Amino acid sequence: MNVRHLLRTSPATRAGLSIAVATGAYGVSFGALGAASGLGLLEVCALSLLTFSGGSQFAFIGVLAGGGTPAAAAGASTLLGLRNGVYGMQINALLRPRGWRRLAAAQVTIDESTATAVAQQDRAEQARGFWTAGVGVFVLWNLMTLVGALAGDALGDPRQWGLDGAAVAAFVGLLWPRLRGREPWAIATICAAVTVLCIPLLPPGVPILVAAAVAATIGWRGRNYDRRPEPVEVAR
Amino acid sequence: MTVWLWILGAGALAYLTKLSGFLVPQRVLESPAIIRVSACMTIGLLASLVTMNAVAAGQALALDARLLALGAAVVALLLRAPFLLVVVVGAAAAALGRLAGLP
Repeated sequence: MNVRHLLRTSPATRAGLSIAVATGAYGVSFGALGAASGLGLLEVCALSLLTFSGGSQFAFIGVLAGGGTPAAAAGASTLLGLRNGVYGMQINALLRPRGWRRLAAAQVTIDESTATAVAQQDRAEQARGFWTAGVGVFVLWNLMTLVGALAGDALGDPRQWGLDGAAVAAFVGLLWPRLRGREPWAIATICAAVTVLCIPLLPPGVPILVAAAVAATIGWRGRNYDRRPEPVEVAR
Repeated sequence: MTVWLWILGAGALAYLTKLSGFLVPQRVLESPAIIRVSACMTIGLLASLVTMNAVAAGQALALDARLLALGAAVVALLLRAPFLLVVVVGAAAAALGRLAGLP
């Protein structure tokens, strides 16, 4: 199957690619800020290649720029990356990668690749979504980190092009098809509210973990209603 | 030199965190209760990601052009627009909002 065919027939591939472009472009901001925080070109690029999790990387350079020690930077970066462990479990359950694929899948397990995969219904699409978004973001993020570290702020703020709006729209687009019936709407509403409440109280990245825990609790408490017939979708 | 050590350390910890989820045994993941919990978590994670991306600015809440993008994307979805168009509409709404002077 060639790329053009996939782009025509696979919604997950299209979703993955558009997310990769919208997110990957932010590598410019990271590269520029990383260089401004006092790190060398190789150090900034190593963070993108090895840590590869936007929130964790911004936290790392943020702590350094704020005068913190490298150890504190690594601690903050690790805390913000904990949710990736939950994502790993979900991708493991969906795709069951083996051997080297499992090791590669772990590296590209991030918000975007997980969201693209879990939003698809069949197995082949889940895999296409995960790998397109994961590898796509990885390649672009690292390229753009290099560009940003070299060019500094000359390229301007990606926000001015609405790329942060593209990310919001992409995540809503992935959530939307899941919102059929009363329970998914309730879970989404509660988790959004929990996130808003947690943002000012907890370090970035942690509110997502709290929301995941709340959703898991709702799922666990209702686990015996598994065989209940699907609720009829209420007309909008 | 210590900076390099901590960069490598942060990279290793990030990778091990991601990998840990892949080491959960399949038979645990196959139980009906876990499948249900996982489906609920999926919705929770996506809803939380939408919220974080729409209103979080570090550890503060910020109302800015991203909310326009959220509204425009929802309208596009209600009109059954394809995914790519939803993303483009979101970006355009945020870009236009900033052009008009929104933060």
